[in-house]
Amino acid sequence: MQTTTSQTIGPYWHLIEDKSWSDLTRFGATGEVITVTGTITDGANAKMTDACVEIWQTSPVASDEFPGFGRAATDDSGYFSFKTIMPEPVRGPGNILQAPHLAVTILARGLMFHLATRLYFENEPTNENDPVLSLIGDKALRNTLIARQTKTGVWHLDIHLQGDAETVFFEI
Amino acid sequence: MSERLAPFRPYAPGTQPDNNAPGYRSTGLRHPTRPLLKIPQTITELFGPQFSPAQFPPTDNIAVSGTHEAVGERIIVAGFVRDEDGRPVANTMVEIWQANAAGRYNHPRDTHDAPLDPDFKGSGRVFTDQNGAYRFITIKPGSYPWGNHANAWRPNHIHFSLFGAGYATRLITQMYFPGDPLLALDPIFLATADATARNRLIAKFDLDVGKQDYALGYRFDMYLRGRNATPMEDHHADHH
Repeated sequence: MQTTTSQTIGPYWHLIEDKSWSDLTRFGATGEVITVTGTITDGANAKMTDACVEIWQTSPVASDEFPGFGRAATDDSGYFSFKTIMPEPVRGPGNILQAPHLAVTILARGLMFHLATRLYFENEPTNENDPVLSLIGDKALRNTLIARQTKTGVWHLDIHLQGDAETVFFEI
Repeated sequence: MSERLAPFRPYAPGTQPDNNAPGYRSTGLRHPTRPLLKIPQTITELFGPQFSPAQFPPTDNIAVSGTHEAVGERIIVAGFVRDEDGRPVANTMVEIWQANAAGRYNHPRDTHDAPLDPDFKGSGRVFTDQNGAYRFITIKPGSYPWGNHANAWRPNHIHFSLFGAGYATRLITQMYFPGDPLLALDPIFLATADATARNRLIAKFDLDVGKQDYALGYRFDMYLRGRNATPMEDHHADHH
């Protein structure tokens, strides 16, 4: 049997929102605590205020203390925010290390199928040889996945679904 | 995480909707315009979040609030979550949400002029058992108008969210009801080209899923991506 067909998450998905899920440290995880913020912008250059953003990371390894997964809504200003533990490099294909990253999923009204991308961290030396970033030849496009540090412990990424700054999205 | 896992298979052509779905107006400014970048499935994509009932308590009866029964036609929805090869997806979290019997979501942005039901919150979560079976009790959601086109009404539906074995198996979908005349008019339902695939979003009426003198029943099985037969991730490492 083939995989069930995807449908949009719609505008009322907040019925399953639990705001505590945006804090991946809530079960007692320890490590370098960071805040990751972002915005999501549509093709009319409007910030999306009804999106669901999910993150997933395999470092630190998920446990009872660290779910590895978070979900947040974009707020009325179009911002989302997560509190999590800074990931370390993880194993990649053919023993090439992957740079620290978060998998990012975007679901929203107007998206029939969720969008997948990644968030990397600026000034991380392992970005240079990351096997996914290396697939993107154009530096400006590669930069659409790289969050900038806005202050100590805080990283920010602007995600664009269309336009000149359109983010690179993945087929997985 | 040292074990090697086979990657998940690609989706069958035509069975998933394109994000550029002109009949569904909201897709216009939201679908990416560049082709998606095909990336290898690494441990990030092969593994995925796992949820435990201890940390994420299940709520399998959303037709009742305390001792107050929600208004509407009580139904039981049950089915299996399996992968494409028919293997059960056990202990996976299934989230649901929906409009109430009058077609109104308990959501501040839903401005449809239909009554709210104080006894119907409209969301819940359950976990599949060892056989991949899930079951919950709810009320049949109503239809509601939306602004997509003139006199547009959504068919009755229940939203589903599933995770499965890996990040790459994430599924968000909607369950519809048999015989709904709005399905043939709904641009969201029709956004998937393959009619067989989209028709599998329509639950089967099944008295045996229901319960005598209590509720009607609907069966809705869902399928998540299966894995390739052999591990591919470390292909190069295996041969050098």
